[in-house]
Amino acid sequence: MQHFLQYTVSGLATGAIYALVALGLALIYRSTRILNFAAGDMATAGTFAAFTLICMQIPFGAAATAGVVVGAVIAMGFYFIILVPAQRRDANQLSQIILTLGLALILQGLVGHFGGTEPQAFPFPLSDAKLHKFGTVVISELGLGTLGISVVCCVLFYLLVQKTRIGLAMRATSENLPAAQTLGIPTRRVLAFSWGLAAGLGVVAGLFLAPAQTLDPFFMLEPFLKGFAAAILGGLNSLPGAIVGGLILGVAEGWAGGYISIAFKNTMAFLIIVAVLLIRPEGMLGEEFKERV
Amino acid sequence: MTTDNSKTPPLLSIQNIETLYFDRIYALHGLSLSVREKEIFAVLGPNGAGKTTLLKTIAGLIKDQPKKGIIQFAGHRIHRLAPERVSSLGIVYVPEDRGLFRELTVRENLELGLWGRRDKGIKDDLEFCYQLFPILKARSTQQAETLSGGEQQMLAMARAMLRRPRLLMLDEPSLGLAPMIAKSVYDALLRISHAGTTILLVEQNARLALKIAGYGYIMEAGRIVLEGTSASLQANEDVKELYLGLGGETASPKGWRLYKKRRTW
Ligand SMILES: Nc1ncnc2c1ncn2[C@@H]1O[C@H](COP(=O)(O)OP(=O)(O)O)[C@@H](O)[C@H]1O
Ligand SMILES: [Mg+2]
Repeated sequence: MQHFLQYTVSGLATGAIYALVALGLALIYRSTRILNFAAGDMATAGTFAAFTLICMQIPFGAAATAGVVVGAVIAMGFYFIILVPAQRRDANQLSQIILTLGLALILQGLVGHFGGTEPQAFPFPLSDAKLHKFGTVVISELGLGTLGISVVCCVLFYLLVQKTRIGLAMRATSENLPAAQTLGIPTRRVLAFSWGLAAGLGVVAGLFLAPAQTLDPFFMLEPFLKGFAAAILGGLNSLPGAIVGGLILGVAEGWAGGYISIAFKNTMAFLIIVAVLLIRPEGMLGEEFKERV
Repeated sequence: MTTDNSKTPPLLSIQNIETLYFDRIYALHGLSLSVREKEIFAVLGPNGAGKTTLLKTIAGLIKDQPKKGIIQFAGHRIHRLAPERVSSLGIVYVPEDRGLFRELTVRENLELGLWGRRDKGIKDDLEFCYQLFPILKARSTQQAETLSGGEQQMLAMARAMLRRPRLLMLDEPSLGLAPMIAKSVYDALLRISHAGTTILLVEQNARLALKIAGYGYIMEAGRIVLEGTSASLQANEDVKELYLGLGGETASPKGWRLYKKRRTW
C-alpha cells in the first residue's frame, strides 16, 4: 500500500507534464485539425531562451516568462507566416502537418546552433533533491512544484476557454469556422492566439522538466511523444481528455516502473493506450467527429 | 407589400451572373434579379436549380465566383468580395444547415451574433428576438444541438437578426419542418419584415413562400425562367401545376417531366 501511494504520486508528477503537452496538442487539433509535430521543439526553444536569460543573470521569474513568450511568438509567427498563406493556396491537412514537421527540424537546428548540443544543467529555484514527506509518501520540491503549476495552468486554461469572450470565440471558431467567419469573428487572430497558448503550455512543461533532467536540444522529444499518446488516449479533440490522459499515462508509467521494472515503463504505457483505443477508438473522452454537410 | 416603388434603385441588383464549380460546371447561367428595400422576395425552384449557389455567390462564399456579371448592394459592387466584407455591409445569410454552433448553448450562440456590437440597441434587439421566439429564452442554457429542427431554425434567425441585417437571406427555412412549425417560422419572418428588414428567401415550398413574399422568381437550371408578383405567380397555370400542386398532391417527378414539355416558359 505504501509503495502503491508512492508510485501513484510520482506518476502524477510525471503525468502533469504530459498533461500540459497533451493539452496544447489537443487545443491545436481541435481548432485546426492539425497535429502539431513542432510542439516539442517550440517548447525546447522557449526553454532554451529562458536558460540563456538565466545565464545572463536575469531573475528566474522574468526569464521563465520571457521563455513562455518566445515559445508563443514562434507558434504565432508560424501560424501567420507559414500556415495562413498555405491555407490560402488550399493546402490540405496533410501538407499542413508536414509543415509543422518542417518547423520542428528548423527549430532543432537553430536550438542546436545557438544553444549547443551538450547536455547542460538547468538552474531552477525548486530542488529535485530536497524531499517532502506526507505520511509515507515522499515527493521532491520540484515534483510538488510541477503538480502545482499544472493545476494552476489547467484551472486558468479552463476559465479562459469557458468564461471569457476570447474563449467563446475560440470554441465557436473550432466548432464551425465558416459560421464564425460570417459572424465577423476575427478567426485568424483567434487561431493565432490558440497557437500561442498551446506553445506557452509546452514551454511551462519544458521549464519544469528541464531541471529534472539535463537541457539539450532533444530533451522534449520523449515528453512530446508521451503527450501525444496522452492526447490520443483522452480523445484528441477533448481538452479535459488530454489532461486525464496525461495523468493516467503518468500513473501507469509509475506503477509499471515500480512494480514490474523500470524497463517496462514505456511498454506499459503503450499497452494501455492500445487497450483503450481497441475499446474506444475515439479515445476516452473524445467524441466521434460529426461530419457536417 | 407590392407597392410600386420601382423608381428607387433596388437594394440588391444582380446582372447576368455566371457561377461555375470546378471552372466548368455552370450552376448559375446568366442570372439576373433584383430585390427592393423592405420587401420579401422569394426565389423558387426544384432541387438542383442553383438556389443555394445563388445565395452563396451573393454572400461571397464561393471563391472567385461569380465568374461573370455584376452584383450591386446598396451602391457597392460586392461580387467576388470576401465573405467578411459582404457580411460587414449588412448581408446576413442563414444557410440551409442553419450554421449554428451546435455544442454551444442558445445563449452563447446569440452572444456570438452580437460580436463586434457595442451600441445601445443590443438590449432592445435581444428583447425583440425573445418576443419573436419566446422558446429561446426557455432554452437559453441548452446546447443548440439539443433543440428541435424548428427551434434551431428560430435560433439561426434570431442570431441573424442580432446583426441588424440590411438584407436577410434564408436558404429553405421550412426544410424538414412539420407544417405547423414551418408556419410559425414564416409568421416570424413576416414580423421581421414588418419591422423593416429586407428579406431574400429561397424555397422549394412555393405555397408557403408566396404567401408572405411580395414578388417571386422561378429558377431552373441556373436561370430565372419566370418572375412576377406573388399574386400573378399564384395565378399562373404553370406555377400552379408545378409548384403549388393544385389537384391535391405535389407534382411527382414523372408528372414534372411530362409537364415540362407542355409548359409555356
Ligand atoms: N460544391 C459543389 N460542387 C460542385 N457542384 C455543385 C456544388 N454545389 C452544388 N453543385 C451543383 O450545382 C447545381 C445547383 O446546386 P444548388 O445550388 O445546391 O441547388 P438548389 O439549392 O437549388 O437545390 C447542382 O447541379 C449541384 O449538383
Ligand atoms: Mg439548396
